[in-house]
Amino acid sequence: MKNSFVILLKSPKFMIGAILFLLMLALVLIYPQINRKDPLEMMALAFQPPDANLWLGSDNFGRDLFLELMYGIQTSIRVGLIAGVFATVIGLIIGLASGYIGGMVDNILTAITNIFIVIPSFVILILISVSINSRSSLVTAIIIGITSWPWTARAVRAQTTSLRGRDHVHIAKISGHSTPKIIVFEILPYIASYVVMAFVLQTASGILSEASISMLGLGPYNTISLGIIMNWALVFEAPVAGAWWAFIPAALSIALITFSLYMMNTGMDEIFNPKIRS
Amino acid sequence: MSNRELLIRGKDLTKVFGYGTQKTTAVDAVDFDFHKGEIISLVGESGSGKTTLAKMMMGLLKESGGSIEYKGKPRRLKSHSDRKRYWKDIQAIFQDPFSSFNLFYRVEKLLMDCIKLQGLKLSKEEQYLKMKEACSFVNLKFEELHNKYPFELSGGQMQRLMIARIFMLHPKVLIADEPTSMVDACSRSTILDMLLKLRDENEMTIIFITHDVGLAYYVSDTIYIMEKGKIVESGPAEEIILNPQHSYTRQLISDVPKIHSAWDLGS
Repeated sequence: MKNSFVILLKSPKFMIGAILFLLMLALVLIYPQINRKDPLEMMALAFQPPDANLWLGSDNFGRDLFLELMYGIQTSIRVGLIAGVFATVIGLIIGLASGYIGGMVDNILTAITNIFIVIPSFVILILISVSINSRSSLVTAIIIGITSWPWTARAVRAQTTSLRGRDHVHIAKISGHSTPKIIVFEILPYIASYVVMAFVLQTASGILSEASISMLGLGPYNTISLGIIMNWALVFEAPVAGAWWAFIPAALSIALITFSLYMMNTGMDEIFNPKIRS
Repeated sequence: MSNRELLIRGKDLTKVFGYGTQKTTAVDAVDFDFHKGEIISLVGESGSGKTTLAKMMMGLLKESGGSIEYKGKPRRLKSHSDRKRYWKDIQAIFQDPFSSFNLFYRVEKLLMDCIKLQGLKLSKEEQYLKMKEACSFVNLKFEELHNKYPFELSGGQMQRLMIARIFMLHPKVLIADEPTSMVDACSRSTILDMLLKLRDENEMTIIFITHDVGLAYYVSDTIYIMEKGKIVESGPAEEIILNPQHSYTRQLISDVPKIHSAWDLGS
């Protein structure tokens, strides 16, 4: 495992993605410590263009958009990571159970997974979001997580099914290891790299999903996220006012974050996927 | 051989995969009696159900029909401790040494697991000596190997380590599923000799699965010939090879050019 991590550091794609992501993370974590103002404080007129004082101008309420953006990126990344953790853990558990136990359990779990795949998850996301009264960013993240696990489950199931029939698993069985031990020590190491890749992808798509439902006005309350900034720009007609600074930086941030995560994923894929490994 | 103690008996053993139109009967109502200290060869072409039968004997696959008796009693594999007890007595070597190892752990762990399965409480030094003894039995140097990962070894070394594992476990029955088919000819005879040595030292029953009739004749006391999931002929090795009754057996023997000339003289 240590070995493959060292190889990973030599992959330019992974490093570009990782450095970009970490720089962004550092910026949004450090800047609010320097500029300790409240991001919701109104400090200028509406839709002031960027200048030396307000780096990205002001929004419809006259708030500092750069500061809002910093908090927005923080929330979006947090939502994405929590959604990624939920999707990966649920997908992993269902995939492992389905693939390793097999038989009837496999049939039932695969059916459930397929049902979740064919129902458009974004519709579920909207319906759940509408029906819940108090939405925090955590609730939104969890909703995204529990609607996006099926692809992970499916892939993990496929890998587990093929690993289950391998001789080293048989050897572990006849060496008297218990089932949980076999899953943790004989199956998981073989799919670990894949699961990490799936987690990165789920995080990226979690950020996108959050931005989408927030832009529809169904995101978390009492917080600032990239989608919410875009929602404000939409509701208060920033494009009509010609205030491009109210939505383009937010949209670019979303693009940049997902780009960095996809880059990391591609870098890992090139290393861990034997078919495209050079 | 029949005067020896009966160890494993299979009655009407059947394994069916799939259902409906996809149904395939891999093993079809097979009966067998294996005795203590006997070397049995299961011979058949690929797809004849040898490996499936072996996996059922191991308890790795559940039989669809029939029963297996171990030491005169129906075997019980319901709970984990039942299975653990069964696997103390019955062990296996698989065909592909490369996939028999977990690539993420060092060689040492494989041998440590054997000590754990036996439930032995040993000091560090005793463990070391035991592993070293097992490795020297198969002509490997434990000092050079214990820190290595499986992918740093050759196929022959891996398969010999698998035999070292069997040496440590001292099972009563060893199921060897084509243990020599993936290693070179040079390692092949060493591995066979090691298996025979194990039998002599421990009075182990060895069930040797192969597609090579010549090899089967060389090592075994009893031969079972399998075709399409059925056992078509069985009996003492001499009898089967020198005086085959079933047409499939004759075909198998004639398909081995090397033994053809050698054993034609006898008949």
